[in-house]
Amino acid sequence: MIWVDTVVQGILLGGLYALFAAGLSLVFGIMRVVNLAHGDLIVMAAYLILVLVTALNLSPLIALLLAAPLMFAVGWLLQQLVLNRTVGEDVLPPLLVTFGLSVVIQNALLEGFNADSRRIGAGSLEIASFSVGPITIGVMPALTFATAILVTLALQLIFYRTALGRAFRATSDDPDTASLMGIRPGNIFAVATGLGMVVATIAALYLGMRANFDPTIGPARLIYAFEAVIIGGMGSLWGTLIGGIVIGVAQTVGAAIDPEWQILSGHLAFLVILLVRPRGLFPAGGR
Amino acid sequence: MINRRKLLKTGAAAGFAVSAGGLAMPALAQGTRVKIGYVSPQSGPLAGFAESDAFALEMFKRVAAEKGMDVEVLVKDSQSNPNRAADVAQELIIDDGVHLMLVASTPETTNPVTTVCENEFIPCISTMAPWQPWFIGQQGNPGDPASWRPFDYAFHYFWGLEDVIAVFTNMWDQLDTNKKVAGLFPNDADGNAWGDPQNGVAPGFAADGYETVDPGRYQNLTDDFSAQINAFKQADCEIVTGVVIPPDFTTFRNQALQQGFSPKAITVAKAILFPQSVETLGESGHNLSSEVWWSKNHPFTSSLTGQGCEALAADFTKATGRPWTQPIGYIHSLFEMAADVIQRAEDPTDPDLMAETIAATDLQTIVGRIVFNGEGLPPFAATNVCKTPLVGGQWRRQDDGSFELLVVDNKTAPDIPTQGSMEPLS
Repeated sequence: MIWVDTVVQGILLGGLYALFAAGLSLVFGIMRVVNLAHGDLIVMAAYLILVLVTALNLSPLIALLLAAPLMFAVGWLLQQLVLNRTVGEDVLPPLLVTFGLSVVIQNALLEGFNADSRRIGAGSLEIASFSVGPITIGVMPALTFATAILVTLALQLIFYRTALGRAFRATSDDPDTASLMGIRPGNIFAVATGLGMVVATIAALYLGMRANFDPTIGPARLIYAFEAVIIGGMGSLWGTLIGGIVIGVAQTVGAAIDPEWQILSGHLAFLVILLVRPRGLFPAGGR
Repeated sequence: MINRRKLLKTGAAAGFAVSAGGLAMPALAQGTRVKIGYVSPQSGPLAGFAESDAFALEMFKRVAAEKGMDVEVLVKDSQSNPNRAADVAQELIIDDGVHLMLVASTPETTNPVTTVCENEFIPCISTMAPWQPWFIGQQGNPGDPASWRPFDYAFHYFWGLEDVIAVFTNMWDQLDTNKKVAGLFPNDADGNAWGDPQNGVAPGFAADGYETVDPGRYQNLTDDFSAQINAFKQADCEIVTGVVIPPDFTTFRNQALQQGFSPKAITVAKAILFPQSVETLGESGHNLSSEVWWSKNHPFTSSLTGQGCEALAADFTKATGRPWTQPIGYIHSLFEMAADVIQRAEDPTDPDLMAETIAATDLQTIVGRIVFNGEGLPPFAATNVCKTPLVGGQWRRQDDGSFELLVVDNKTAPDIPTQGSMEPLS
């Protein structure tokens, strides 16, 4: 029975990783740019929510609704003013710039909020749980997982059912041809990054409610998010969700054998999948 | 062997050294400014330890001016990074020419700085790291006790793992439990030291009749503790201990509550050191217990300002608007030590005389008596280490949601008053 529990907890954990990865996957899929500051931007969003919750005495969910458009603006401006200057044939400049951005955000947050470990309070929800047969499931992990599915579904709909999604896909396939059709890749990129930041804000809410955060905690989760994107296949949103679940389950199963194996087995699962399917489980463009 | 003193005597500075030594008056009275280097983690994950740096420095400047001491403190930020700590210590010694180094806050800061000082023949006073990781962690071969050597210039005062074991078991003895202890030890310097089956806490707990269930090392910033919780539930553990970072502790505590694992006592180091971290736990922070090295209720007074612990804590809160934390007392005591040795030293700019002066310290500070007499220590550490008192405390949630740390066990240091007794979690 413990094994069933282990796998269920792993799937729920995968939801958290998928949520971290969804914004990254979106940006990566459209621009082929790895945003190394993604983790720090999530932490920044968590502080934004925290400020709204404490200063205006709002419930975390309302704070999220306020923070999301703000973070969209942050992402849009970031792309227009900074990142668009780095996007091009060379993959190195965006990496360097986002790496620098990561350092800047961490220290700015440290300056503004000091090193205290903070948390977005969720009251009794934090420790609530329900039973499914012999297995106890925490309400918070279950909500996280459900949100990951909803976010993936929403992004999928935007991608394949809207004009914006068509523009995303066109720019992703061939920015030059897309611009011949009247699309400005720079603007599309900015909207994509803004959307990525909205997803990051949702991830931030769960990060902040689940455990403490401090200004330096961002990069630690970036590696799982990145692995989830690669496992799922670049540009595949459902793939990213599956990728997150693969890592989550690998981690809890590894931990059940020995806690020392927890993180390692996540990485091993990633390597095995890379060996077997170098383009990920569901690469964009089929195969 | 060439040491700093011989170099000084034979080198260009010889004239200065001789003239300073030939007079009865201390060197500082002759207008030689004494430079003190201070390395602490002002930014990065350990920044909480350095919170009272500015407060302590201001106090030291004020008191030094009153006492007519000509001193200058040069402060460097380790950025919570051991490599950076070693670099800035080098800079302080080579570029700024400091005569005395002060360092505090976790082995990640104290060890690299102490090692640099020892290699450069600069006297160094260190604190706020258990003495085993400080002393043994700096040895060439930590696994071979026969090879361990004492330091010539480095001195350290704090408590050790044996004190934590005594304090924890004393606290648990106050409760009625099945004596089964769940261990949460991460794969880092602290976790490996605490969790070591031979030299960690488990043998000490066993000596007091407590059985430790240790599922194994986990990585810091783990997002899931279901494996550990299942193991603890199966072993029927009623006590949880460990040395856990705050985010992991919150993850564990919430997941344990979700999964219906509710021990009678949770006694952990690190995670609940700062009131801010405990507050993030809300109601589930009530009655968590931990080791206490300094509190506003400790019965000591400062040799610099004459303040008691309560007055110092109140001063800090007034100056910064923040609640008192345990490091405040120790940072303060570091500058007490600096002032004391500089005033007593025949020539504070002479490293060997300074090392002798530090070794001869006998000072009542805000953290207790500091004297390097080897009391309570194995012979190998006796010359370099002084143990300061450790007691056990419990966080009590107040009506307004803030937390207060009460000392609940003082068997290890009876002169420190208790403010209550150990209460079970559930």
